[in-house]
Amino acid sequence: MNVTRPVGETGRFEIDIAEKTYTGANGVPVPVIRDFRLQIKPESMTVLMGPSGCGKTTFLRILAGLDHNFDGSIEMPEETRIGFMFQEPRLLPWRKVRRNIELVADEAFTEEDLLILADALNIADKLDVYPGELSLGLARRAALARAFATRPNLLLLDEPFVSLDEPTADRLRRLLLEVWEARPTTAVLVTHNPREAVMLADELVLLSPRPTHVLETVPVDVPQNERTPAMIEEIYSDLLKRYPENFAA
Amino acid sequence: MTITQSKIRRDARPWASSGPVVTLISFAGFVAVWFLAAYIADSKLLPGPVEVVEFTIDEAVNGPLLSELGITLWRVAAAFVIAMAIGSVIGIAMGESVVLNRWLDSWLIVLLNLPALVIIILAYVWFGLTEAAAIGAVALNKIPNVIVTLREGARSLDPGLDEMARAYRMPAMERLKHVILPQLQPYIAAASRTGLSLIWKIVLVVELLGRSNGVGFQLHLNFQLFNVTAILGYTIAFVAVMLAIEFFLVQPFERYTTRWRNRPV
Repeated sequence: MNVTRPVGETGRFEIDIAEKTYTGANGVPVPVIRDFRLQIKPESMTVLMGPSGCGKTTFLRILAGLDHNFDGSIEMPEETRIGFMFQEPRLLPWRKVRRNIELVADEAFTEEDLLILADALNIADKLDVYPGELSLGLARRAALARAFATRPNLLLLDEPFVSLDEPTADRLRRLLLEVWEARPTTAVLVTHNPREAVMLADELVLLSPRPTHVLETVPVDVPQNERTPAMIEEIYSDLLKRYPENFAA
Repeated sequence: MTITQSKIRRDARPWASSGPVVTLISFAGFVAVWFLAAYIADSKLLPGPVEVVEFTIDEAVNGPLLSELGITLWRVAAAFVIAMAIGSVIGIAMGESVVLNRWLDSWLIVLLNLPALVIIILAYVWFGLTEAAAIGAVALNKIPNVIVTLREGARSLDPGLDEMARAYRMPAMERLKHVILPQLQPYIAAASRTGLSLIWKIVLVVELLGRSNGVGFQLHLNFQLFNVTAILGYTIAFVAVMLAIEFFLVQPFERYTTRWRNRPV
């Protein structure tokens, strides 16, 4: 059985998943995660990279407390507030953007905080529209605002910039960094995109194919806002040499 | 460019598809057919529209029409509220829980297929000719319909939004109000629509069989007197009230709850 043990205010996240299996359509159990051990540094950006279908989303769901059906344990601070940015924005289409954010926001989150956040993400003029009127890029920003409005101590991002054109994705990555640096939060981001991983990560966690486990943890020591495109390319080509399977685009 | 195009199309829209005009002509056509049929038949058993409307007005001013109408409407409202409340709760629960659905499904099928008349007769036999038995029997006829519709609604709830609500630890009441009920709105609307029409038909039967007032009772009385004018008069009054409810209550409410869509209902 699994144990989710609160460990007080240390802010430490220790994950030890012995096994997580799914029952396939033919009734045969398929192992998705096996011997997955990971310690997440508080107030840092941990980026998980792995081949597609390796169980990254399953891992995030377990971490978010949405799936308790696994063997192992997860230690996390008591009363962990979670901000989750899914692959799709998952905004409530029948509530205006403002309501979508307010509904999950932290109690101490004021109207002023909302305006500052919306301003930082360039959606101040979209607060009073319904999500159906937003482009995917704008809806993602609204979802990001919602995730930050909870004042999370664990921010989970599941391929948050997938299926956007590159300039839009790049702008959003910078916005994410900006908002994240304003209030450092323990964050776990899952991505396929190696350059995105190198641009955002404090720690790069490389995952094996299914049943997935941690192959290697690679720290990236330069602060995110000092990473130039040239530097990102350099780190990327270095990683490509060392871990060709994980970094072949 | 696109603006001009759509403008042209709207201007070119034939009169035969524009809302109010069509409704009016269609209605006038109905009255004309009725008028003609009554004129040709020339019988006491098929009075014309003028005669019937005259009766309705006279019965409203000098007769019991308004109070009978009021009593019937109260029964419709009571049965409607009870059926919607109980049916929604059971329907949503059955949609969410496979186990509960397995337990209750056969009961539901029996109830769905039990003739309204059987339920009414049994209710009167077992509980007496009382108001509670009457309203309960009507509600029981409607409940399985509500269950089936809302069960379908609960099954179609978006698992992504549910996951979002759970990840953000939304309290149960908030989830119901902001995540679940808005998704069920079309199903609730469908159940209400079919509910109102079904209920008022059954209420008349219940009144006919075991009540001493209401529109159903009046129809029964006038049936024995072969007074077709009165039967049609009461019918018209009731249909008018139901149409008013549809246009002034149900439709504005539906427009309000679907205002977030690009094309509200």
